[in-house]
Amino acid sequence: MSALVPLPVVVPLLGAALTLLLSGRPQLQRSVSVLCLGSVLVVAAVLLVQSYRFGPVVVRVGGWPAPVGIVLVADQLAALMVLVSSAVTLCVLLYSIGQGRAETGETAPVSIFHPTYLVLTAGVTNAFLAGDLFNLFVGFEILLAASFVLITLGGTEVRLRTGSTYVVVSILSSLLFLSAVGLVYAATGTLNMAQLAGRLDALPSDVRLTLQLTLLLAFGIKAAVFPLSAWLPDSYPTAPAPVTAVFAGLLTKVGVYAIIRTETLLFPGGHVATLLMVVAGLTMVVGILGAVAQSDLKRLLSFTLVSHIGYMIFGVALSSVAGLSGAIFYVVHHITIQTTLFLVAGLVEERAGSTDLRRVGGLARIAPMLGVLFFVPAMNLAGIPPFSGFLGKLGLLQAGVAAGGVLPAVLVAAGTLTSLLTLYAASRVWNIAFWRAPRLATATPPARLPGLMVGATTALVALGVLFTLLAGPLFQVTADAATDLRERTPYVRAVLPRDVP
Amino acid sequence: MMRGAAGPTLVLVLAVGVLVAAGVTLLLERSLTRILLGIILLGNGVNLLILLGGRAGAAPFAGSTPPGAMSDALPQAMVLTAVVIMLGLTAFLLAVAYRSWYTSGDDEVQDDLEDRYIVRLAESNEVSTADLGGEGPGGDPEQVDPEPARRRLRRDGKSP
Repeated sequence: MSALVPLPVVVPLLGAALTLLLSGRPQLQRSVSVLCLGSVLVVAAVLLVQSYRFGPVVVRVGGWPAPVGIVLVADQLAALMVLVSSAVTLCVLLYSIGQGRAETGETAPVSIFHPTYLVLTAGVTNAFLAGDLFNLFVGFEILLAASFVLITLGGTEVRLRTGSTYVVVSILSSLLFLSAVGLVYAATGTLNMAQLAGRLDALPSDVRLTLQLTLLLAFGIKAAVFPLSAWLPDSYPTAPAPVTAVFAGLLTKVGVYAIIRTETLLFPGGHVATLLMVVAGLTMVVGILGAVAQSDLKRLLSFTLVSHIGYMIFGVALSSVAGLSGAIFYVVHHITIQTTLFLVAGLVEERAGSTDLRRVGGLARIAPMLGVLFFVPAMNLAGIPPFSGFLGKLGLLQAGVAAGGVLPAVLVAAGTLTSLLTLYAASRVWNIAFWRAPRLATATPPARLPGLMVGATTALVALGVLFTLLAGPLFQVTADAATDLRERTPYVRAVLPRDVP
Repeated sequence: MMRGAAGPTLVLVLAVGVLVAAGVTLLLERSLTRILLGIILLGNGVNLLILLGGRAGAAPFAGSTPPGAMSDALPQAMVLTAVVIMLGLTAFLLAVAYRSWYTSGDDEVQDDLEDRYIVRLAESNEVSTADLGGEGPGGDPEQVDPEPARRRLRRDGKSP
């Protein structure tokens, strides 16, 4: 069964090579990419079941035993992340194929898009499955290099302006991460995460804190946590709709995943819990205030993305099983919902010619289906009761109340306020873009939206609703994953069977 | 590098410091070419830092060197990987800088959208009042809201 673990990384990489060779035959290229991501989805589902029933699945790359060789580890958290991310990337791929076929608006240069997109997927899954810090760094670099190409796709002036900011900030955070890796190795003599778990505990507490803060700084930039988030709302919205959607859904969440992994496995004990909570509260409130002030749908959604990262950091900061479980559930929910909303923004742009709220209106009357596709995930994001957004926020707020103390109470209040302001921002978009007198920014006669684009978006909306229906079992999995993260022994014992620290 | 396990030489540590300081200074510039140079220097500084983490010594070949005198090969392997990655990213950034110069005439990194918007508002001395939802039922001829005033009148009529 452990032979399955490298597949989510290897299959997209091989697929990328194959699609590059097939760049002259778009039809075949599309089928190869869809087939690759489809098989990754199946593999991820099997891995999740396996890790839930029998504990973490480990593969030793090249047959070298653990501390010497590189390991790939699929524990419940990693498998769940791979499953959700592959489902989302598959839907976005279908959407982009639909967009490419439609030949309306902007068409991505297909020959570069598919290989790069598959490399991006490989980087994301590699980061999720990495069992040592350097491999995590390599995973980040793979996904960043692919994202650089995707964000400057076409090479227009606007994309280069925003893209260069994104590239420089990302490289800077990578260099910070790299120096943290070097310092960790200098201090402990290993980079295997399971071995680090034991060796970091033995370090003097000030050295340990320095290493922890350096890693946190690097991941904080990638995850767009408040003081380090200024790059995000300016760079994401200019990319093509499917690219923005997959970036918004996945890339920041890889940073959040890295924070969860390091804060639980490498540096448990909540030494920086206060810092994380303050930062989480500021991320929530400042982010959503930015969203309220925006008049462009894509920029508004970018700010809600930053804001809701705060919820996940709050869960990590609590470092209780309930908090971590809520954070993991929220990551799963948010990957799906945020991607869906950006895809809908792409559909709005396709139909109305713009996402500028000053120029579009009355879409609910012109395109009722589009209205439904926006309304469900928007209310889900805001946390209206039956939806998974409500359940995720409720779980986190309950964990905050259970933790007790002044700071968690402040955070609970900030979380509630953010939820209400998200509702305000979402209903503002609804009122302006969907509800007032019809107004379109384009004079071209309405063409039918491509079926594949609408279909892929509908599938993601349905996935979001499915998380609501399956919230019970899903919370069971996340609670189990959180328990394993807190105990640390299942992970360490799976990687290093002989010496358990 | 010096032999033995007494720690790294001071020269290397100073080199890391100088490279990182020069890199950060260049990163603060506006021109993308200088930022690129800054990133290269910073990257080299970080690579040297990684190299400092391992033990210095003779070439790590089994048989030719006693195990105690071997250098640590792992940081060197990591630095090799990091150098290759940095090379790729540098090439990409160079392409972005060239393309930026090609399309806009210079390679300066501009202020972001929000900044320029706020500066424009400040120059024209205006307040950003963009209440986009301010459109009553009268603004849309197709909207058929019941008129609230009449209903209230009817209720008034029922209750004495």
